[in-house]
Amino acid sequence: MSALSIVLIAIIALLAGMEGVLDEFQFHQPLVACTLIGLVTGHLEEGIMLGGSLQMIALGWANVGAAVAPDAALASVASAIIMVLALSDGTADPQTAITTSIALAVPLSVAGLFLTMICRTLSIPMVHAMDAAAAKGNFKGVEMWHILAILMQGVRIMIPALALCFVSPEIVTGALKMMPAWLSDGMAIGGGMVAAVGYAMVINMMATKETWPFFALGFVFAAISQLTLIALGVIGISLALLYLGLKETAKNSGGGTGTGDPLGDILNDYE
Amino acid sequence: MAENKVQLSKSDRMSVCMRHQFLQGSWNYERMQNGGWCFSMIPAIKKLYPNKEDQVEALKRHMEFYNTHPYVSAPVIGVTLALEEDRANGAPIDDAAIQGVKVGMMGPLAGVGDPVFWFTLRPILGALGASLALSGSIVGPLLFFFVWNIIRVAFLWYTQEFGYKVGTSITKDLSGGLMGKITEGASILGMFIIGSLVQRWVSISFTPVVSTVEQSAGAYIDWANLPAGTDGIREALTQFASLGANGLDVMKVTTLQANLDQLIPGLAAVCLTLLCCQLLKKKVSPIVIIIALFAVGIGAHLIGLM
Repeated sequence: MSALSIVLIAIIALLAGMEGVLDEFQFHQPLVACTLIGLVTGHLEEGIMLGGSLQMIALGWANVGAAVAPDAALASVASAIIMVLALSDGTADPQTAITTSIALAVPLSVAGLFLTMICRTLSIPMVHAMDAAAAKGNFKGVEMWHILAILMQGVRIMIPALALCFVSPEIVTGALKMMPAWLSDGMAIGGGMVAAVGYAMVINMMATKETWPFFALGFVFAAISQLTLIALGVIGISLALLYLGLKETAKNSGGGTGTGDPLGDILNDYE
Repeated sequence: MAENKVQLSKSDRMSVCMRHQFLQGSWNYERMQNGGWCFSMIPAIKKLYPNKEDQVEALKRHMEFYNTHPYVSAPVIGVTLALEEDRANGAPIDDAAIQGVKVGMMGPLAGVGDPVFWFTLRPILGALGASLALSGSIVGPLLFFFVWNIIRVAFLWYTQEFGYKVGTSITKDLSGGLMGKITEGASILGMFIIGSLVQRWVSISFTPVVSTVEQSAGAYIDWANLPAGTDGIREALTQFASLGANGLDVMKVTTLQANLDQLIPGLAAVCLTLLCCQLLKKKVSPIVIIIALFAVGIGAHLIGLM
């Protein structure tokens, strides 16, 4: 890997790590991080494909309240670098490289989760330093400690990413070639099923007696292969509007015997 | 008197909004988003309180515990700006009132933000982008990144402005009405889309062959007796269009998957997803389930099931 690529990877890893906690620009989402790493290493197309596959798995990963989800930042950055290493001597089959990287992304996301928990604990003394600065009316001090805390989260991804960059590509390709076909094919099959876990996480957050029929509708509509995702979105929005409109009408004419407080239901599920 | 009032200008509010994007930077297990909140309030504190003591008071006041969804925090910061402005102009608003408003709003708002952003909008945009990206198209990541950030920045700014203009009366709207409807609508849309994603993107294919039957004449393309040259190709393609994939061979092979697809395509996918729902409810870690699925994939492939 060229020096320029490594510097650019370091910057992307820093951004991804920061976003892993900020959750604003989405640089930590596989679709963005893998694409960027692909772009700076000359494997744009493979990067996009890896990002797409990982994104499908990571769809339901979200930090809710104080609970921290599997870490998409380390998973996408590190697995993209591994894929690039595997591709860089030109002998590895891109599809195998992508499949293997997807399988590796899962343990990486757990490792990233522990790293961010460590950082979130290390932030406690930093916030105490902010307290001290606040007590002196020192604006610069408050700002500095906050920025340092963000950078710490970025460095959390940057260090493992840089370490990976110096692994010899021969080791990665060698390991790939040693892998028997049944293992890589089996992992590809497993990877096809893994997306179900992310969807299940989302379903558990939103499922109520009222919303299950819409899940069933979405499922059967999707079997019509002419409908694109955008078309399905239009159907979904229309159904939501229809349902809310009709419910409102029923409430107004039915003498206020509605089903109760929908926000309350969701809050209950949320806890 | 009126001329002496301190007011936050639009650029002050914009700079708060800019900083608010870094709300979670110093997220910690003690007081969670407090550092980022204080960081966001600094431009307003500088403008509103010229005295050092007042500044210290304000900084300390905003280092208290705070945690909500990072986007729906925008209206809370808007309301807090309005409160601080009134306080700086002499209104009797004490620390407890400001902390009370923050804590009172953050719970219900997080209950809206999580389903709307994390569980509806991001899965939908992510799936849309990913489905394009799977074929290597750059449009996928670009679409995801730009649409998400346009929505996000617009939401942060306009809801902060809304909170600032409406002030504390916003809290009355929170428990019912519009917020409840948005959450419910998002949940309906989210469940619908997840239903279709399960069908489209959870791939399970059972490979065992259920039956192999010899097809009757005319149900397959008779490759040996096609006219020569381009006419032959034309004839074969014409027959293929009417016969379909089964017309390619004399033998018709039916896999277990083809049988299942006749019931309803994606049945196994939906069963797997519902199983995952149950496992997650039983507090099985998602990572354990993911690793188990890889193991199942490898095992099932070895015995020839998938």
